[in-house]
Amino acid sequence: MFDNILIYFVIIPLVMLALVGLSQNIKQIRAVAVTGSLALTGLSIFLLVDYLSLRSAGETAPMLFTDSWVWFAPLHINLSVGVDGISIAMLLLSSIILLTGSFASWTIQQPKEFFLWLILLSTGVFGFFITIDLFAMFMFYEVALIPMYLLIGVWGSGKKNYSAMKLTLMLMGGSAFLMLGLIGIYYHSAADGNLTWNLLQIAENNAISENWQLFLFPMTFVGFGVLGAMFPFHTWSPDGHESAPTAVSMLHAGVLMKLGGYGCFRVAIYLMPYAANELSWIFLILTGISVVYGAFSACVQTDLKYINAYSSVSHCGLVLFAILMLNTTAMTGAIMQMLSHGLMTALFFALIGQIYGRTHTRDIREMGGLMQIMPYLSVCYVIAGMASLGLPGLSGFVAEMTIFVGSFQHADMFHRVFTIVACCSIVITAVYILRVVGKLLFGPVQNEHHRQLTDATWWEKVSTATLIVCVAVIGCFPNFFASLIKSTFIPDIFRVLGMN
Amino acid sequence: MEPTLPLLILVIPLFMFLFLGLVGGYMKPKVAGVIGTLGMGTTLVLAFITAYTYFFSGSECFVNEAGERLQSIIFNCDWLQFTDKLVIRLGFLLDPISAMMLVVITTISFMVHLYSNGYMCDHSGNPERGFQRYYAFLSLFSFSMLGLVVATNIFQMYIFWELVGASSYLLIGFYYTKPAAVSASKKAFIVTRFADLGFLIGILILSYYTGTFNFTDLTSAPVEGIADTFRVSAETAANVQNIFNTSAAPMFMGASVMTWALVLIFMGGMGKSAMMPLHIWLPDAMEGPTPVSALIHAATMVVAGVYLVARLFPLYVMQEASLQIVTVVGALTALYAAMVACAQIDIKRVLAFSTISQIAFMMVSLGVSRPEIHEGVGYMASMFHLFTHAMFKALLFLGAGALIHAVGSNDYTAMHGLRKYMPITHITFLIGCLAIAGIIPFAGFFSKDEILTACFGYSTVAYLWMSFVAGLTAFYMFRLYYLIFWWKDHEVHDAHHAPHDAPWTMTLPLIILATVSIFAGLIHFGKFVTWNGEPYEIHLNWTVAGVSLAVAVIAIGIATWLYKSENAKPEKMANALPNLWRWCHRRFYFDELYMFITHRIIFNCVSRPIAWFDRHIIDGTMDGFAAITNKASESIKGLQSGNAQSYVFVYLFGALLLGAITYICLVLC
Repeated sequence: MFDNILIYFVIIPLVMLALVGLSQNIKQIRAVAVTGSLALTGLSIFLLVDYLSLRSAGETAPMLFTDSWVWFAPLHINLSVGVDGISIAMLLLSSIILLTGSFASWTIQQPKEFFLWLILLSTGVFGFFITIDLFAMFMFYEVALIPMYLLIGVWGSGKKNYSAMKLTLMLMGGSAFLMLGLIGIYYHSAADGNLTWNLLQIAENNAISENWQLFLFPMTFVGFGVLGAMFPFHTWSPDGHESAPTAVSMLHAGVLMKLGGYGCFRVAIYLMPYAANELSWIFLILTGISVVYGAFSACVQTDLKYINAYSSVSHCGLVLFAILMLNTTAMTGAIMQMLSHGLMTALFFALIGQIYGRTHTRDIREMGGLMQIMPYLSVCYVIAGMASLGLPGLSGFVAEMTIFVGSFQHADMFHRVFTIVACCSIVITAVYILRVVGKLLFGPVQNEHHRQLTDATWWEKVSTATLIVCVAVIGCFPNFFASLIKSTFIPDIFRVLGMN
Repeated sequence: MEPTLPLLILVIPLFMFLFLGLVGGYMKPKVAGVIGTLGMGTTLVLAFITAYTYFFSGSECFVNEAGERLQSIIFNCDWLQFTDKLVIRLGFLLDPISAMMLVVITTISFMVHLYSNGYMCDHSGNPERGFQRYYAFLSLFSFSMLGLVVATNIFQMYIFWELVGASSYLLIGFYYTKPAAVSASKKAFIVTRFADLGFLIGILILSYYTGTFNFTDLTSAPVEGIADTFRVSAETAANVQNIFNTSAAPMFMGASVMTWALVLIFMGGMGKSAMMPLHIWLPDAMEGPTPVSALIHAATMVVAGVYLVARLFPLYVMQEASLQIVTVVGALTALYAAMVACAQIDIKRVLAFSTISQIAFMMVSLGVSRPEIHEGVGYMASMFHLFTHAMFKALLFLGAGALIHAVGSNDYTAMHGLRKYMPITHITFLIGCLAIAGIIPFAGFFSKDEILTACFGYSTVAYLWMSFVAGLTAFYMFRLYYLIFWWKDHEVHDAHHAPHDAPWTMTLPLIILATVSIFAGLIHFGKFVTWNGEPYEIHLNWTVAGVSLAVAVIAIGIATWLYKSENAKPEKMANALPNLWRWCHRRFYFDELYMFITHRIIFNCVSRPIAWFDRHIIDGTMDGFAAITNKASESIKGLQSGNAQSYVFVYLFGALLLGAITYICLVLC
């Protein structure tokens, strides 16, 4: 069991949990969190290198490093692991965000309990990305969601009880659908009665009948879509983000929302290509609305976190939108958008948390001219904004352009018109980003008391600088990531694409 | 040609940006300025070497046996692969117009770098706050603009197009504590972003139907005469030709999709080049430092739209309708901007509208260019005018900067009669005015004459229209000139603070640019830049030249009569035509119109309702579900009372009921 590299993505967080539990003071907790997340980052990079060298050696299996351990034989439940380019990209993203999130919660109250829940949450996230067994996937998914309730409810701000409850209930509602869908898939996973939860085997058997696909696809897609902030199931996001503490917002928007998109792709579309092709138009309309609607809503918000939450609705809508386009280029774009959005929103939430920690307000009407007071944070905010509105050289641009070009390659008018509608979001994004930047950072100082505030501390600098470097690396060398993701599609996506 | 040398043209400014941006804060401002200027100087030398090699080396990479100039890709690398055919490459394309633009951009940029060493200091010579940042942004802009002109494919152009937009945003908002500068920068970015949306959709359509982003594949489509000039795969060329020339090309709303694509791409150009109705950002962009206005908003970035149309000109030629749109937009903008320029008070605003009007000249010139009219002279004239205009407009802006620096205000009413105090500025500004007015032998005369010749060949209406605008140009420039330097004597309250000529860093660029403005017209431009690469001999059409010269002289005469000395005639004129004057002065109320659309309609009628809908309807439904669940459980929770008596009662009652039903059923059966 321990000769498989993937299992360490779950073991390291579990060890971290134990160590945090044993820690005596905040210094030890910080040390554990930082060392552990550094180890995870190192492990992801090592995995990436290993994966690429295997691929270039001519390995063509859809998933590499696969392994399976029996868990509960009567129901065919195994713990099966395996990764492809997409999962590796997601693992990399998660570990970087956990690392920067640890730095962002340097001075949190009740650190022991906070980090215990935060690390438990990331155990779920890492577990989700390495498993290819539907049951284990669902389990890790729930492990990632539940700690959110406590993290928001205890360490949050504002109307935190309401938000925590709302977020948890809505996501649980999605899970209910999802569970039905997954069980349905299990019972139709094989024609010969050899039922299985294993993704790869289900795909290989291809035994789910067309009618069942039409029934199960919406279940799973909506189930994951709730977490991916799909219209009209996105309303947990503004409230949840508003109340969540900084690191939780970062992890939630940066990683957890990606679970939704990843799940939609990995389960709903991958296993049920027929239904995906038949029903994609309904969800294309919904996600197309998400993209524009989220952007318009963000234009008039006054709370920094609300602006970002709606912006996330818009950007994550683009992820689902691109996945539904069912072609290699658009899907590559979707995964790149997940990476890009994950890093960029984490950066935004880190900065918002740091500004809020100083000014004690997130209302843009009560702030102004911060560039004169905290130049470092302000410059970072401008860079984050530029990434968000798609400035070339930063990650947002490459992801969005891949999505737009890919989506436009469809032969029929419907897809192309919707692509143009989605394109309009680039203008609206510019409006709300520049509105905030202009009001918050530029202009005269609004509140004279703010003049005494200090600029970023070293741990804040580490956290934001790391994220900015990652955003710039994706933006400057996109082909590396695009080919990493495509190396995944090329072996196994033909089945899905063959439906067109 | 070795690619290293030209590539350094891009690498040096990029390095300068990163260097000054990251460590500039730790060095002395003056040092940062000198480093930035030296870096740009090196780039200038490299660009001149590259252009010289391209035009004069006679290498077979650049010129074929027939003496036609070729497009030569000296560097290209994959940056992002979308599909098998659609790949964004970053590369370096050398052809007549890109070589010409390299010269223009590096020259003006170097002048501005040098000039800013003096301009960005206060009167006692201390650098302003953010001096290093300023030079970092200037380098970023130079990098982006150079990348734009050497783009080998339309997506590379789009990438750098966005980057120049962003650097323009940063530089307009340089004085970020000033609310006017902040809102001007925001406006500039959003308006051009909106135009870029059109550009992007145009690229999507174009690449979908032609299956390529590459300029060489697109523009070497076999229009007669250039079929084998540029190397391109026969398959792609046949494909492009097929799309453009057959009636089988898909139609959309009554026009071929290709026309739509080209018009949408032109929309991007309209945004950057401030064509009506997307011009509103440019006058406001004058909130930025004046050297920035000279570099970005007069000489280089704003002509990107013209450059874009010129770059895709072989495609535009194949879609008659799209060229007509270019012509009409250009002609309307030229007249509009010239009229508005006559009624502005702020000296930089006059120059801004003058820029809009002159760029519109270039657009019209491209629009009326047809291969059959004087061998496509319009294209050459447009590029020629771009070149000369960059020189004399940069000169005028830098001159204006010197005046503003000396007086401390943009308003010409504070300037009257400055000629005695600032002789160098006065002479160079006069040269700029003569050049833009089109007086022989200054640069503007030759290029404007070629444009009018092209219009003359196209239609008489276009010719008369543009000649009238040329007359207006001469009029408003000399109105400005007299109001600044003559009108009445400058009142000096304190001899120590009398305005005086600027330090050498500022006057040297003025003198150099003035020299260029005098002699640039004598270059045989047709030898270097033509639409199909074949050299073309410029011959002055003396009828056209004579008429335009006469118009210019008359217009200057009127300006002299009205404005040379203080009098009441301008006042009377304005009172005689109050509406016209008011509309010109208020720029035909375009800003108010946009304000109405964005604030009243977009914000209040779209965004707010959507946000309300989200909070109250969508979220209300979700909360509603929760409330219903709560209500339902409240109302049935009494059943779980824990009271044994009631349980027994319900049990007995239920059992009896069931028994009764069973009994009745049995009896009835």
